[in-house]
Amino acid sequence: MAGTDPVSAAAPRGAGKAAQLQVRNLEAWYGESHALHGVDLDVFAGETVTLLGRNGVGKTTTLRAIMGLIRKRRGEVEFEQRSIMRLPLHRVARTGLGFVPEERGIFASLSVEENLMLPPVVAKGGMSVEEIYGIFPNLLERRTSPGTRLSGGEQQMLAIARILRTGVRMILLDEPTEGLAPVIVERIGEMLKVLKSHGLSVLLVEQNFRFAARIADHFYVMDHGRMIDSFSVADLPARTEALNTALGV
Amino acid sequence: MTMIFGVPLPALMGQLLVGLINGSFYALLSLGLAVIFGLLRVINFAHGAFYMLGAFAAWMLLAYAGIGYWGALVLAPLIVGVAGMAIERLMLRRLYGLDHLYGLLFTFGLALLLEGTFRHFFGTSGQPYAAPEALRGATNLGFMVLPNYRGWVVAASLVICLGTWAVIEKTSIGAYLRAATENATLVQAFGVNVPVLLTVTYGFGCALAGIAGVLAAPVFQVSPLMGSNLIIVVFAVVVIGGMGSILGAIVTGYMLGIVEGLCKVFYPEAANIVVFVIMAIVLLLRPAGLFGKDS
Ligand SMILES: Nc1ncnc2c1ncn2[C@@H]1O[C@H](COP(=O)(O)OP(=O)(O)OP(=O)(O)O)[C@@H](O)[C@H]1O
Ligand SMILES: [Mg+2]
Repeated sequence: MAGTDPVSAAAPRGAGKAAQLQVRNLEAWYGESHALHGVDLDVFAGETVTLLGRNGVGKTTTLRAIMGLIRKRRGEVEFEQRSIMRLPLHRVARTGLGFVPEERGIFASLSVEENLMLPPVVAKGGMSVEEIYGIFPNLLERRTSPGTRLSGGEQQMLAIARILRTGVRMILLDEPTEGLAPVIVERIGEMLKVLKSHGLSVLLVEQNFRFAARIADHFYVMDHGRMIDSFSVADLPARTEALNTALGV
Repeated sequence: MTMIFGVPLPALMGQLLVGLINGSFYALLSLGLAVIFGLLRVINFAHGAFYMLGAFAAWMLLAYAGIGYWGALVLAPLIVGVAGMAIERLMLRRLYGLDHLYGLLFTFGLALLLEGTFRHFFGTSGQPYAAPEALRGATNLGFMVLPNYRGWVVAASLVICLGTWAVIEKTSIGAYLRAATENATLVQAFGVNVPVLLTVTYGFGCALAGIAGVLAAPVFQVSPLMGSNLIIVVFAVVVIGGMGSILGAIVTGYMLGIVEGLCKVFYPEAANIVVFVIMAIVLLLRPAGLFGKDS
């Protein structure tokens, strides 16, 4: 397969600047089970990068290992030229890296507004609560009800919105459209464009590459805990067939 | 004389008051246990020892430093809280990754160690501790005579319990605590220093036991075993209310104190076991406890 070396494929991106997030030879384990076998990837400032791959190939594990949610890991992760491998978990967010988990992580014992206000602001430049309520009027309407009373789509928006408040410069976003109705998927797509226009970088895990094609600048494809392909959005049409096979669509 | 179900009113009221006093201690102690268990998933068997430590801190502050009741009411819980934080930081923390049984065994051993140490220096006979000047005497309420100090204990424990509940349910610090109780790892990934939150929470739970100890000092005597006598009932209270439920711990604490008091009037033979009978029934019908969520 062409361009299987992610490093060389990534070289023309970012106009010669160093990547904002640089992952090299990242390995991770669940107990004895070796889940990542040396993952390389780059996200340049302002980019939306999508991680594709079949179920169980290690996409979530990659995000969790980058964030430090999996402690049994090896390799190198640099965010803005600074290694975050040895930072305690609560210091990682403070470097400007936000995380939205696959299961969304809305807290049942917190109201919608408490969920929104929970993540501490880590840097200037985040959205204000007014701006967020302006974009998501239904969150304002339901702000006193328990977070988990929201619909799946609203929970996903809340999960993203609360990270926007914190002023992080990059978001790791795990399957935001999973299990959502097409209209809601549409809204999430709009939302990701807003993020992009604010200059936020996004590392997105997404099964639906047609959805991802509309917002992503660059793609990585994973299989069995390894990167097997890397290409830019311009190359997507030429890859569609190969991807359909690789992803088993 | 007014009679209710064949019992003179003052006798009934007297036992109700005793029940309410005991309930105040049950509520304060089970509240601390519930807060600690909710976040740390540690069944704090040392809770009775921290209660004893609070009472002894008050007694020693008076005996060795001349600091009276009101000073002790502030200082003793602080001392107990700091001791709790040190223990969490230096020892308990190492057990988080392991089976819950280790936390239970560790705190049980800690309780034995603390109680044994105090027994070595003070013996098993209690030390008297006088109620403060301002709260001596009694007030005639018409239907009964209320010793002022006992009224104070009930009022103080109510204020502390409700205040704690309000902080947990209504403030942003409380939101961190609730969220971390649900998913501590995610809260830490958001940038909250969860290890410090755990330390402070354990210290706070222990400080609540310390306050209960100071409040108890003038009611019971200050003795090394005062905690282990009480804590068994308190564990039953926590099981009945539902592990980890804040409001459940408070309400069940008062409720069972009152039930125990009433039992002394109507069927004294059962007064000592009624809490455990209720626990057995609750466990059969609602294993998660009266206020617990099934999970
Ligand atoms: N907590 C865990 N303990 C043990 N193994 C796990 C755990 N989580 C994931 N795995 C295993 O690690 C591998 C990678 O899982 P991961 O969740 O990263 O896949 P994924 O690409 O995100 O899949 P999906 O598209 O289904 O979300 C899988 O084989 C999975 O079974
Ligand atoms: Mg996944």
